[in-house]
Amino acid sequence: MSVKSSVPFNGTAEQEAKLKEVIAKYKDTRGALIPVLHEAQDIYGYLPLEVQVMIAEGLGVTLAEVYGVVTFYTQFSLNPKGKYAIAVCLGTACYVKGSGDIINKIQESLNLEVGGCTPDGKYSLNATRCIGACGLAPVMTVNDEVYGRLTVDDVSGILAKYAD
Amino acid sequence: MELVRSHVLICGGTGCTSSGSEVLHEEFDEMLVKYGLDKEVKVIKTGCFGLCALGPVVVVYPEGAFYSRVKKEDVEEIVQEHLLKGRIVKRLVYDETVEQNDIKSLNDVNFYKKQQRVALRNCGVINPENIEEYIAVDGYQALGKVLTEMTPEEVIDTVKKSGLRGRGGGGFPTGTKWDFARKSVNEQKYVCCNADEGDPGAFMDRSVLEGDPHSVLEAMAIAGYAIGANQGYIYIRAEYPIAVRRLQIAIDQAKEYGLLGKNIFDTGFDFDIELRLGAGAFVCGEETALMTSIEGHRGEPRPRPPFPAVKGLWEKPTILNNVETYANIPVIFNKGADWFASIGTEKSKGTKVFALGGKINNTGLVEIPMGTTLREIVEEIGGGVPNGKKFKAAQTGGPSGGCIPASLIDTPIDYDSLISIGSMMGSGGLIVMDEDNCMVDIAKFFLEFTVDESCGKCTPCRIGTKRLLEILDKITKGQGTLEDIDRLEALCYHIKNASLCGLGQTAPNPVLSTLRYFRDEYEAHVVEKRCPAGVCKALLSYVIDPEKCKGCSACSRKCPVGAISGEIKKPFVIDTTKCIKCGVCMETCKFGAVVKK
Repeated sequence: MSVKSSVPFNGTAEQEAKLKEVIAKYKDTRGALIPVLHEAQDIYGYLPLEVQVMIAEGLGVTLAEVYGVVTFYTQFSLNPKGKYAIAVCLGTACYVKGSGDIINKIQESLNLEVGGCTPDGKYSLNATRCIGACGLAPVMTVNDEVYGRLTVDDVSGILAKYAD
Repeated sequence: MELVRSHVLICGGTGCTSSGSEVLHEEFDEMLVKYGLDKEVKVIKTGCFGLCALGPVVVVYPEGAFYSRVKKEDVEEIVQEHLLKGRIVKRLVYDETVEQNDIKSLNDVNFYKKQQRVALRNCGVINPENIEEYIAVDGYQALGKVLTEMTPEEVIDTVKKSGLRGRGGGGFPTGTKWDFARKSVNEQKYVCCNADEGDPGAFMDRSVLEGDPHSVLEAMAIAGYAIGANQGYIYIRAEYPIAVRRLQIAIDQAKEYGLLGKNIFDTGFDFDIELRLGAGAFVCGEETALMTSIEGHRGEPRPRPPFPAVKGLWEKPTILNNVETYANIPVIFNKGADWFASIGTEKSKGTKVFALGGKINNTGLVEIPMGTTLREIVEEIGGGVPNGKKFKAAQTGGPSGGCIPASLIDTPIDYDSLISIGSMMGSGGLIVMDEDNCMVDIAKFFLEFTVDESCGKCTPCRIGTKRLLEILDKITKGQGTLEDIDRLEALCYHIKNASLCGLGQTAPNPVLSTLRYFRDEYEAHVVEKRCPAGVCKALLSYVIDPEKCKGCSACSRKCPVGAISGEIKKPFVIDTTKCIKCGVCMETCKFGAVVKK
């Protein structure tokens, strides 16, 4: 994981105002850092260094502490997600039903590594922990859309829906 | 209160939501208006029914018709035929419930027959977003009884007498845990709920939280009264958005009704609950790591003692129980400790919820009395292994647990039996594997998980699991030796003995238990350079059986690297030096002439 994201930071004043509100809301809560990071990620979509600095200053903790927490938890991302965030479940139930093949197929089709984002910012690919839809295994999601009972042959049809 | 003649229950659990149950709800509302039935029929979104494989599930009462895999287009037919004309749409009803011309009760269906729903009693029955429905099924009655009629000591005695043990995996007696915290003297104590369900393939706790969130809140308040705490925290995975939303709704409603907050039931007892979202770290399921995370830090565990009952969250006495453990508490007070203790085996009382998944026909959520055998779960409730394949093993306890081989399928499921055969109860993931699953590959899969999730604080876990994975990788690539197997085993015991927390201490279990029951598979990889299940790619080769090959050239045309050649109407041949083992030829062949070796 690199410290600086490959995509330049272009946060708006509006986003910053929202973040300040969040920080003010949690100012007196014990253990506020993680809830603040969650909400900050909702605002910006990811947690670039610039946002971490604002949070560190706002909560009065060191940047090292913030960075340490951000990089410890997999939910927090230093990189932006693609317009279409693809996630393939690699929980046990999905794995024994072949989700490993599904993720290989997507990597091949989009020429994309797990954890990466295409240079045009269109697709990002993640392997997730169990999302709990084991009855539909194997499962992948694109943004909030869930696709279940997949076979390798379904992949190209699903990706074609997100061509624009 | 308005009276309605029929209820349409739509499952709003994650499984059914993923297969489209939200759309059904809107469609039902629209169709009921269209046919003028919206005053007579009520549509309710419930928690999980358990049979996720058949989702989305819709049940219509009073008939109890169980509609499965319902599509948007089917809704109008159900409204028109069933709700308007009173004729059940047999085409859409779950096959097993249809008997000649009648439908039978769900309780007589194989999937439900051997189940006993205690922790899941309200899932799929009530609307989880409406506190009045919970109150209507005796909700908050236990809290009322505890606060107005019982002393904290009596509460703890009742929990002890019930024999309830922690459902998160360890199986520590709940009443004893509460007793320790009660005896710790401090002006501030905390009650925590572990809803950071991290085992891959497990979704029991999520289903309880989505289907019956109030039962957890009620139990936490009871625990607060018992140990002398007025603040609770629920640490829940951020990956469970539906559960998070319903819990927040439940907390807000309980506060509005005075069932949480100040002076509950006019007894002077205060209790409040806050939600804290996890952020995707498996180690945070370990109790000390979870508390460190609530405090806002990296979720690293710390040495015990001191135990949380003495020094937990913010260094105050704290109890931490799992969601399912809490879900059992209100029933124990409503129906009595003796009733609860009458279910299950001598040392494992009550029921256990399992998330049944993998190679099994009825994937879903099941709750069985302790002592039910694995065979009953797999063959009767689960409906067996699909596609005529053979049952090979079941995995319980996730990355901390182990495999139960087919030879031990008659093992009763309880804490002590599972430990004695080298597995563990775990939080309740139960993954079924068939003959096509390679056990070395499965062990490797779990080790990849633990290597990823090791927090890095202690060396045995951080480096040891990495070394285990490297050896496993070597074996699956056909480069292992017999000494590697011995080294693997020895390293497992070092890691178990020397790791700081539960994650490291149990991380070698998947390796040890597969070594114990499937050592021959490890040896086949090492000695014969062969993967018996045909999974490990490096050890596979695809060949064409000349007896079966008709020479149609279909495989040769599909092969992405041009490794297959031959003359039409004569047997084709695969050039193994070019073959990349993608398996397309095998899928393409209509005659079953391509085989893996």
